Amino acid sequence: MLSFLDTLVQGVLLGGLYALFALGQSLLFGVMRLTNTAHGDFIILSAFVAWSLAVVTGSPWLALIVLLPLAFAGGYLLQRLVLNGTIGKDPMRSLVVTFGLAIVIQNVLQQIYTADPRSIDSGGLNTATFQLAEGFSIGALPLLIFAAALALTVGLQLLFDRTDLGRAFRAVSDDREAAELMGLDHRHVYALATGIAFLVVAFAGTLHGMKTTVSATDGPSLLLYAFEAVIIGGMGSFYGTLVGGMLLGVTQDIGFRIDPGWGIWTGHVVFLGALLLRPSGLFPRTR
Amino acid sequence: MDLLSTRKLDAYYGDSQVLFGVDFEIERGEIAALVGANGAGKSTLLKTVCGLLRAPREAVRFAGEPIGGLAPGRIVRRGIALVPEGRRLFPSLSAEENLMMGGYVKRAGPWKLDSVYRLFPRLQQRRAHPAASLSGGEQQMVAIGRALMSNPQLLICDELSLGLAPVVVKEIYQALEQVCRDGVTAVIVEQDVAVAQRVSRRLYCMQEGRITLHGLSSELTRERISRAYFGV
Repeated sequence: MLSFLDTLVQGVLLGGLYALFALGQSLLFGVMRLTNTAHGDFIILSAFVAWSLAVVTGSPWLALIVLLPLAFAGGYLLQRLVLNGTIGKDPMRSLVVTFGLAIVIQNVLQQIYTADPRSIDSGGLNTATFQLAEGFSIGALPLLIFAAALALTVGLQLLFDRTDLGRAFRAVSDDREAAELMGLDHRHVYALATGIAFLVVAFAGTLHGMKTTVSATDGPSLLLYAFEAVIIGGMGSFYGTLVGGMLLGVTQDIGFRIDPGWGIWTGHVVFLGALLLRPSGLFPRTR
Repeated sequence: MDLLSTRKLDAYYGDSQVLFGVDFEIERGEIAALVGANGAGKSTLLKTVCGLLRAPREAVRFAGEPIGGLAPGRIVRRGIALVPEGRRLFPSLSAEENLMMGGYVKRAGPWKLDSVYRLFPRLQQRRAHPAASLSGGEQQMVAIGRALMSNPQLLICDELSLGLAPVVVKEIYQALEQVCRDGVTAVIVEQDVAVAQRVSRRLYCMQEGRITLHGLSSELTRERISRAYFGV
């Protein structure tokens, strides 16, 4: 019983990390139907930048504070200068361009940081635990990551549902031309969305880099988890993305308990099952 | 003086020319109607005025200034609002959120949520419903209200009566006439020539991308309009 509870809790906490990977993707998809295949690589990129900033500032939290405005500006400019030109009826252009970006990022990271894995020094936080019972303890960092995922999910959903900016996001997503007739500049609105998505990416990268080691070519597997969480949860719903991430985390954790080699693929199996049974996801946006 | 005028306006979809030297004028405070068969170029003319299609700068003048080829966002800020054909509401936004989107440009003027709800009291009860769940008439009211929220000097309405019951059409046009009495100028595109002639002060007839007839609505006979409309 305790071991079952342990599996569930560890799985949910792992799912928080996956949700953190996925939220930015979920935002971009909800606003502009953009599948950013470099999403995982941007998380890794921000992990490495955070690593460097942490070396300079001496603190991962200072590093994150410095990284956030950089990430927002980077996301805004990336959308404004590159991705806006790829958005249209044909999804192929954005897929090819972001796939290309993924390769560029991986190679630049290998060039600068070599292929060695690195970890951001969290000042012991990554090994701190709360013991709840004999053989059942929760890591402080996974708990923090889950809390961050929860807070960002609620924050993004409130932003989307309740604010002027969120309303502009939804309007542009519904009908871009009609939104332009209202005086919205979709290029600016898209760029703001990407800027915000990159804030989440900065959180994801920094916390991921504190929790484990990252290397330059890790991006694609993160993309896969992010993508699975978004699809399971339903495109365009942040709560769905959080639940999707948790479902993925719990399944993987159950798999790991059965056999250490099973974790990842049981996650994929559940993803495929969700795709078969509920292709539009658990919480599809009502349309 | 003319509030809006086009001079020898040509427009193209890709390589094919769809407007040929269109001269169109509307005076402040009046309602002008634009009639013509499907494909005559009415919607193209409206889209060009609203900036959705390119035009030479001097070919379109509004309130004394050339506005041809400006982006739609710049044009709505100058005071032209479009009620598009097929309404084009944001389906996942509520009725009220749709109205608020119309007020995005924050021009000064009398039109706010309150005044729209006074014009269309039915919308007040439906304010929280998603636009997609409203009836056709209610959707058209939201579309008009949304355009008014930008406090336009010129309101352009493309096919207000499309797919609506006659009683609803009457209600909508009554509201429009009330809006225009309060100082808004309007251009309407209307399939029903009788309605167009009754509501408007000035009437333009288009055929194959050209203006084939124009004049004061009260002075044009149905026969002349039919001839200009069908080209027989």
